[in-house]
Amino acid sequence: MDVTATTPIRTIRARTVVLAADDVDTDQIIPARFLTTTRRDGFGDALFADWRFDGEGQPRPGFALNDPQTRGAGVLVAGRNFGCGSSREHAAWALRDYGFRAVVAGSFADIFRNNALKNGLLPVAVPGDALAWLTAHPGVEVTIDLEATTLAAPGLAPAPFPVEPFARYRLLNGIDELGYLLSRSGAIDAYERSRGA
Amino acid sequence: MTPRTLFEKIWQAHEVVAETAETPAVLYVDLHLVHEVTTPQAFAELESRGLPVRRPDRTLGTLDHSTPTDAAELLGRIPIRDASAAAQVAALERNARAHGIELLGLGDGRRGIVHVIGPELGRTQPGMTIVCGDSHTSTHGAFGTLAFGIGTTEVGHVLATQCLLQRKPRCLAVTIGGRLQAGVGSKDLVLAIVGRLGVGGGTGHVIEYRGEGIRALSMEERMTVCNMSIEAGARAGMIAPDATTFAYLQGRPGAPAGEDWEHAVERWQALPGDAGAAFDGEVSLDAAAVEPMISYGTNPGMVTAVGGSIPEAGDAAFMKALRYMGFEPGERLAGKRVDLVFIGSCTNSRLSDLQAAAAVLRGRKLARGVRMLVVPGSQQVKRAAEAEGLDRVFLAAGAEWRESGCSMCIGMNGDVAASGQYVVSTSNRNFEGRQGAGSRTLLAGPATAAAAAVTGRVTDPRELAA
Repeated sequence: MDVTATTPIRTIRARTVVLAADDVDTDQIIPARFLTTTRRDGFGDALFADWRFDGEGQPRPGFALNDPQTRGAGVLVAGRNFGCGSSREHAAWALRDYGFRAVVAGSFADIFRNNALKNGLLPVAVPGDALAWLTAHPGVEVTIDLEATTLAAPGLAPAPFPVEPFARYRLLNGIDELGYLLSRSGAIDAYERSRGA
Repeated sequence: MTPRTLFEKIWQAHEVVAETAETPAVLYVDLHLVHEVTTPQAFAELESRGLPVRRPDRTLGTLDHSTPTDAAELLGRIPIRDASAAAQVAALERNARAHGIELLGLGDGRRGIVHVIGPELGRTQPGMTIVCGDSHTSTHGAFGTLAFGIGTTEVGHVLATQCLLQRKPRCLAVTIGGRLQAGVGSKDLVLAIVGRLGVGGGTGHVIEYRGEGIRALSMEERMTVCNMSIEAGARAGMIAPDATTFAYLQGRPGAPAGEDWEHAVERWQALPGDAGAAFDGEVSLDAAAVEPMISYGTNPGMVTAVGGSIPEAGDAAFMKALRYMGFEPGERLAGKRVDLVFIGSCTNSRLSDLQAAAAVLRGRKLARGVRMLVVPGSQQVKRAAEAEGLDRVFLAAGAEWRESGCSMCIGMNGDVAASGQYVVSTSNRNFEGRQGAGSRTLLAGPATAAAAAVTGRVTDPRELAA
């Protein structure tokens, strides 16, 4: 298979920061006014901009990401239906750029889940009891094992999470998705010929 | 043969490679719509790999999201004020030229919001797969297409291969019995549907809307319904094509003509789902029971009748949303103060939407202190409205009549509300800050929005009916 390699992901071991909210939409993750750019980097400072900063640009005390103790956390823990709303991939870019390598939630919106998987940001949907435990233990170090598709922490039994099999294979092996699609060019040619397209 | 749904027929007809347990399907895309905000990074990716655009002829570009709606900026009399927005516009102009993609540019009389122009030009046709780097691509499903939003990486995939890797979603039937009452519109219907399903209720699904209440809708009304499918979490919403669909398309520039038209209609007539085709779930709603609707919270599932009240109690998220909105549990919505009214967006910016708003505003003035923006969905809609004198109705009332674009729906083009302001908006999202940092959005249909502009308060538009 002629594919350009990306960096494989096998295990993520990092501390969590907890944002205990359901239905976190992509307008909160990155407000639209930061989308007028032609680049795909530099979004970290705008992550959760209106929750992190007040109208004068000062950090809002009480917002989890502003707590110095959460600095360096690599896993964001949120509630149900994370990433709903707009299709903006900038949301995944901003989380990645800030330093997150995974988001753990009760569930994910479809487009956000896709966008995250394409940017090496692992969407980890865990069962309710595991999510409740993680929410109650902010800052804990978690181990996300993509091979076993489990999330574990000291004091938390490994919780299973679903990953689309091809996305898992692709991430584990550093397979580039566009490269894979291009490798199917023969089939695409044949399809176009068959319908006179 | 197993009876198939509309969705299954279109899905199967576009499988270049069928999905297996290990690999997703390679799904062919008939029409790829592109705009200035979610494409520059995708074109850059192609450039860095030295890849051409596979099918520029199946790609259509427009400028809408960060493009200003101020005539002087838009038509080049003064530079676009936001330099980064100007750079996005320039990037799409450059990329379209370099790859031979048709772009409806700044001065083009056909330019407009991506989900308005596709149908208007007859490029959106039954049976197609349509994608765009925008979640409201679901709008096109009103024509019996499978249409959904994608991210920028996927935009690059489609540019390079005209295909996407996709897992087959499940299919949810939303069956609408009865007919809407006079004075109630399709926006009210879809707000009621989203309220019923909740913002995550359609996740993992494509919705097929069906039943008498859907059949009775015009194409513009059907587009409003399909548009907001994503607000219930469903990537796509679809309606089986029928005589209403064909009548809308016939004679449009992109639609087949002559003998080709007859053949196309014959093909399209085979698209509706077979009798007995199975869905993964079904939700039913009575259109006749729907009242004019409005949102009170910070997601599109938080809705109530304009004459109704906010629920008495809810969870922590409910209380947080009410704090943001400055509302109390159990309060009535009618009579709430309104600062700004926005008529526009891919949800409600077509001619019939402007007509509905103008019918309320005719011979009336905006309430003191209220600002109102009316932003047609396309330059063609703008001209059609002007031909009927609707612009004069809006201007005489004291509203602003602007050039087409996404405007205040997304607030990244200079059109924004100030922090704390209440906006009654015909758009699709009431998320915190969606229409400007700190802005507070109440989603409603065009008649309800126009009524709020006249009274300066949340008002049931039927109270102002002539």
